[in-house]
Amino acid sequence: MSKTVLAAECPECAADVGLDADARVSEIVECVECRSELEIESVDPPTLVRAPEVEEDWGE
Amino acid sequence: MNPVGPRLGVLASRVRVEEKAIMAALDRRGVAFEHLDPRTLSVTGGAAWAGPEFVVNREVGHYRALYAASALEAAGATVLNSAAATHVSGDKWHTSAALLAAGLPTPATTLALTSEAALKALEEIGYPAVIKPLVGSWGRLVTKVADRDSAAAVLEHVEALPSPQSHVVYLQELVGRADRDIRVIVVGGEVVGATHRRGDEWRTNVARGAASEPCPLTDEITDLAVRAAAAVGADIAGVDLIEAEEGRLTVLEVNDRVEFKGFQSAHPGLDVADRIVDLLLSRAAA
Ligand SMILES: [Zn+2]
Repeated sequence: MSKTVLAAECPECAADVGLDADARVSEIVECVECRSELEIESVDPPTLVRAPEVEEDWGE
Repeated sequence: MNPVGPRLGVLASRVRVEEKAIMAALDRRGVAFEHLDPRTLSVTGGAAWAGPEFVVNREVGHYRALYAASALEAAGATVLNSAAATHVSGDKWHTSAALLAAGLPTPATTLALTSEAALKALEEIGYPAVIKPLVGSWGRLVTKVADRDSAAAVLEHVEALPSPQSHVVYLQELVGRADRDIRVIVVGGEVVGATHRRGDEWRTNVARGAASEPCPLTDEITDLAVRAAAAVGADIAGVDLIEAEEGRLTVLEVNDRVEFKGFQSAHPGLDVADRIVDLLLSRAAA
């Protein structure tokens, strides 16, 4: 498993969210503090936005 | 193969565990690819397309996945799965029709064009029965109805939904062991492996908390899964099987943009993402 090397601020609760070295743009992560579902907007610099709301036609 | 070989892409608006695994498998082979985000994608049919020529479709939204695949194909790209396969397997009725046409076992299914027709049909089907949305989402809105009153309540809710398509009602007999099903992953016409999924609810979607355990392959599982994937035209598929009467298996669903996080933790020795990349590269090399 890859180590946490980056940290970005949770847009919901301002907690530091650790991102792995292999983090990718559009990856979905969860804030350990507030459990919000977040999307990695950029890795350099590491920034997070709220993940999009689940839509009706999502899923397998 | 690249940079001189064909251009490759992964289509996904959400990069979840599965998409990340596919991208990592491409990276491990030193193969360049483009991440196509449907939220910012537009494609002009027939015009020169400078984007990826071979694309794995991992878009989570059915309609975005379907139209993106169709547009990419119109621009000359090869998409896995094809737009046609996504059209069929992304819709429960089209899937049922394809399974029936291929002569595969599948639960008795009725399509009712209105709520009124659905209530009438349920009198024939009997209770309990299952009402499902045509375009499904992790078991959401999949409702087991025990009697006429609960069916009428669900159908009233269905009628209030905004899209005309959601007024078409998909009804199915309730079959098998409600708390357990078999998920089989098929890539390129071959079975990668299978898992048992057990839930404490009657729905067994992993997204709803069902646990995955390895399921030994039998000839019946392999045969049904490969034929079900072929019936909907899917090169990459998650086929859901359920035990019906006398222990015989029946095909419940075929998923064209299969989630395999649960499968992967049950089968640490198998690598679904790697198999998907193998398939993509073999198509690109053909
Ligand atoms: Zn937070």
